[in-house]
Amino acid sequence: MPMIEVNGQQIEVDEDGFLVNTDQWSEEAAKYFAKEEGIDELTEDHWKVINYLRDYFFQFGIAPMIRKLCKETGFSLKQIYQLFPTGPAKGACKIAGLPKPTGCV
Amino acid sequence: MADSKTPLLDQLETGPWPSFVKEIKKMAPEKPAAQDLLGQLEVSYEEKKGHWKHGGIVGVMGYGGGVIGRYSDIPEKFPNVAEFHTIRLNQPSGWFYNTKALRTICDLWEKHGSGLTNLHGSTGDIVLLGTTTEELQPTFDEFSEQGFDLGGSGSDLRTPSCCCGMARCEFSCFDTMDLCHNLTNAFQDELHRPMWPYKFKIKISGCPNDCVAAIARSDFAIIGTWKDDLQIDQEGVREYVKNGLDIEDLVIDRCPTGALSWDGNELKLEGKECVRCMHCINVMPKALRPGKEKGASILIGGKATILQSAFLGWVLVPFMEINKDNDYEEIKDLLDKIWEWWDENGKVRERVGETICRLGMRNFLRAVELDPIPQMVFRPRANPYVFWWPEEVK
Repeated sequence: MPMIEVNGQQIEVDEDGFLVNTDQWSEEAAKYFAKEEGIDELTEDHWKVINYLRDYFFQFGIAPMIRKLCKETGFSLKQIYQLFPTGPAKGACKIAGLPKPTGCV
Repeated sequence: MADSKTPLLDQLETGPWPSFVKEIKKMAPEKPAAQDLLGQLEVSYEEKKGHWKHGGIVGVMGYGGGVIGRYSDIPEKFPNVAEFHTIRLNQPSGWFYNTKALRTICDLWEKHGSGLTNLHGSTGDIVLLGTTTEELQPTFDEFSEQGFDLGGSGSDLRTPSCCCGMARCEFSCFDTMDLCHNLTNAFQDELHRPMWPYKFKIKISGCPNDCVAAIARSDFAIIGTWKDDLQIDQEGVREYVKNGLDIEDLVIDRCPTGALSWDGNELKLEGKECVRCMHCINVMPKALRPGKEKGASILIGGKATILQSAFLGWVLVPFMEINKDNDYEEIKDLLDKIWEWWDENGKVRERVGETICRLGMRNFLRAVELDPIPQMVFRPRANPYVFWWPEEVK
């Protein structure tokens, strides 16, 4: 597995650049992932989505459905893509340090 | 250099059917990825197991679907297929191409990918088989410039597909290709940005022969039909009989509802009995035609086995007019209502047919504003456990 370096710490990611260990996530790591997903700077709106994803994941053990994400954060899917150009799964979930989405993608 | 000896695959170059091994080998001298794909496949043949890793999430900017990520689990042996992603390219309606379009696809794919394709994926897309993460965005950009867009993947509207319809079939009850193209354009957002509980497929067949298997392989099947009686050219029928067609055995006796009779001179139709199965038309295409009041039946719920067993679509709307003039408003309205209800009520990875089964047709029908009618069922329920709406009980 490839390793990336964030603030001097070695972090293991998979081929798609997703965190292997959820506990290795940090705000600095989020910023690092954001760059990879075409985001220059994480704004307050980005953090709102990221924090919601993390809270939901730690409460329920899965990522929320897109409709839920939009309803709870108040962002439309269009706005989510404006914030995260690679989308909620590849973009937002990766930055939030959630496990890689699986299934028939 | 990976091991290029492929004794097991070589056996598949023999025999009369066109060999996929030959196809891959044709590409191998130019493309190391094709070479390594053969190598890895040979290993899979030896060990009788797949050598692709689980999952893979890659894509292009602005889209959430369209690319299926894939990684080899023995990249050290086959470095050229370490990353071997698939790109789905939206096909033209009915798979009609000119050579210019195909040459464009070939040129771009030779430049950016393995050179291997699948014409076509079972949903209908042109499948570009095998490229690296780095090549995805440039590939997409160049295809875009040439007028090609990605198809669907993931929990979105998948690429709609249709039979050849009026382009070359006299049975077609409406312009399947135009409808397919129209819906694809109307629902670009739903196609490129997964937002639903699970996938949703639309397929369009011009008549009940259902040449794109819409009933079995789409959640929303639009299947051409007609409302009045089928058109009979008696002279044409007599011609078939004169030329030796055993009309009693091959047509009359095989009509599923006994709607047809033959008195030696004239074919008689009991219009109300006809279920529009197409058999008589299929046997005597020069004499029989679908009726003049054409439209489509809408079927809902078709899907493969996982999780609740395989479903064939069942009737939602027995007859709907297919209106090019109003931009297919009726179909789009119905789709919007279905998606709204399913997205609100569906569980993660629950196909619309399963959501309906879980929550009941009555809830679904109320949400999409349709009345229950006999055509929706094969037979009435066999048990008395009936729910009533509160307002129905006095």
